[in-house]
Amino acid sequence: MTIKPLLQVKNLKTSFFTDDGEVPAVEDISFNVYPGEIVGIVGESGSGKSVTSLSIMGLLPNPPGKVTGGEIYLNGKNILQFNEKQMRRVRGNELAMIFQEPMTSLNPLFTIGNQLMEAVLIHNKWPKKKAYDRAVEMLRLVGLPRHEELMNAYPHELSGGMRQRVMIAMALICNPKVLIADEPTTALDVTIQAQILQLIKEINEKLKTAVLLITHDLGVVAEVCERVIVMYAGKIVEEGDVHTIFQNPQHPYTKGLLQSIPDIRKKEKRLYSIPGTVPKPGSVKKGCRFYSRCNVRMPRCLHDQPPYYTTEENHKVRCWLVEKEGEEREQSTITTSQ
Amino acid sequence: MYAYIIRRLLTLIPVLLGLTLIVFLMIRAIPGNPAHIILGQAATEESIEALNKKLGLDQPWYVQYFKYLGGLLTGDLGDSIRTDSPISEQIWPYLAGTIELALVAMLIAVFIGVNAGIISAWFQNSWFDYALMLLALIGVSMPIFWLGLLEQWIFAVNLDWFPTGGRDNVRNPVEPITHLYIIDTIIQGDTEKLVEVIRHLVLPAVALATIPMAIIARITRSSMLEVMRTDYIRTAKAKGMKMFWVVYKHSLKNASIPILTVIGLQLGLLLGGAILTETIFSWPGIGRYIYDAINYRDYPVVQSSILIIALFFVLINLIVDILYAIIDPRIKYR
Repeated sequence: MTIKPLLQVKNLKTSFFTDDGEVPAVEDISFNVYPGEIVGIVGESGSGKSVTSLSIMGLLPNPPGKVTGGEIYLNGKNILQFNEKQMRRVRGNELAMIFQEPMTSLNPLFTIGNQLMEAVLIHNKWPKKKAYDRAVEMLRLVGLPRHEELMNAYPHELSGGMRQRVMIAMALICNPKVLIADEPTTALDVTIQAQILQLIKEINEKLKTAVLLITHDLGVVAEVCERVIVMYAGKIVEEGDVHTIFQNPQHPYTKGLLQSIPDIRKKEKRLYSIPGTVPKPGSVKKGCRFYSRCNVRMPRCLHDQPPYYTTEENHKVRCWLVEKEGEEREQSTITTSQ
Repeated sequence: MYAYIIRRLLTLIPVLLGLTLIVFLMIRAIPGNPAHIILGQAATEESIEALNKKLGLDQPWYVQYFKYLGGLLTGDLGDSIRTDSPISEQIWPYLAGTIELALVAMLIAVFIGVNAGIISAWFQNSWFDYALMLLALIGVSMPIFWLGLLEQWIFAVNLDWFPTGGRDNVRNPVEPITHLYIIDTIIQGDTEKLVEVIRHLVLPAVALATIPMAIIARITRSSMLEVMRTDYIRTAKAKGMKMFWVVYKHSLKNASIPILTVIGLQLGLLLGGAILTETIFSWPGIGRYIYDAINYRDYPVVQSSILIIALFFVLINLIVDILYAIIDPRIKYR
């Protein structure tokens, strides 16, 4: 494949600086997003999904959060080296984001129209009329009715699903190359969830916007994503295309996640769940981070951190079990694991 | 909305009625009476009685009270005992003096206080934030008469930049039209007098502004800090907006309701509570008018002046409540 990645994250490390010193929230995060694809990042709460997305956007609350290592390339340019002014031009323009909480993500004191037009006017010196038309066009694109009326409405007059559609319209108004969607459906009820996902998929097909979809819901991943990245306790544990991950999961964590999805066809007494909780950031000093909850752990997992193996094309796993089965080690990760 | 305003205005009636009664009784509870003060210590019992009768003070208090109320209903504020002329004719110059002083003081307090609070919140935990909040703490704890005297000593006596007191230059006084001297001199196109008026305003206005300024700065800071943590501020940043606009457009509007509340309350307090400042800077305002009236036991003047100040206070708060609904579309009055 010679297609260049649109967004390339390399060895990203983000830490939070607290009274107890530096606490790394995510480490060794490397992945690519190619033009026009939908990549999912899954993991439990506290696995570092949102920190990863905020690091890319440059919106980490600082202090205490700070990117302490790695590179993030957007269109071949390392945006981590951008100053605030350059970064502002990227945000909302080439790189847009929608958030988990549609109910609180719109400013309650400004009309929908004002907030939509503002998003476009920040990056373009357009006359107001043109911005207005563009905003109406976007409302139509995200499937909202009564555009003129909506432009003058305030956020509290809209339902959660409508607000998330407005957020999507706002994020897409400058035609970004990448859209980061941080749990866009978590706060919505199930039927609306399906509609919003459908909308994201449609937009991806229509506008060819690459989407980085962050979720804790594997069902969502199966429905819309082409590739999936599984995160656990601040590290990527497995990555591959959706079919591979669902058919042939390699990491015990991924297997556990897939087992915890209730299946209507199976008669089970009790739903499977992975025992324990995600360890506190910075609490695992050596060895595999999943060790305490793993059902197939080995003595070596306690002391040595497993490297990131490439098991087959487009399938990477961070687990010693893969080596036991005689797979090839990826050269570059040996150095980072030491 | 209009129904709400009318209802609010109607609720003013019992409030003001109660107020007139309390003031009426309290002023009479002060020992001494006008006749004693007017006639002096050497006055005979008979002459005091005669004067009391002439002033109507020999009647039972409730008769006096209802006469006073009856007068109010016809728009008559009563006559001053001391000057023997209608209060409604002499009160406005004093009231205008205080309104001008209070508004200028409030303008200073709002402009500096709000901006200081915003910058403090924006650069939270910086040395700038700490310094500003320390200043605000000093500001709220500073006794106003002490600050006034300090200002006079430094800027009027030693540096001679500003006059020590009064509203205008006695040798070249402003010819009043509205009695708001800034407006009067502008109408007359007299720049020289306008400059004089402003020079006279600076020291008392700054003294009067200090406490409200400090309170406004502190409330602005805490309100802004709360707003700047919200999701919609993150959204504004995610759009690529300049931090200046994130702060002054998206955050300030959301933070403005508590700020507005404090401004309203403080403005009401300034109108009635400028007595100390007015005394130090010999400012002919309503505070000093009331103070003198109390000393002379000029009952009608005290009653009517306090009633008017109370009316201003409740009206300002009504305006603040209406402004809430204009700022925040979620607030609806029915």
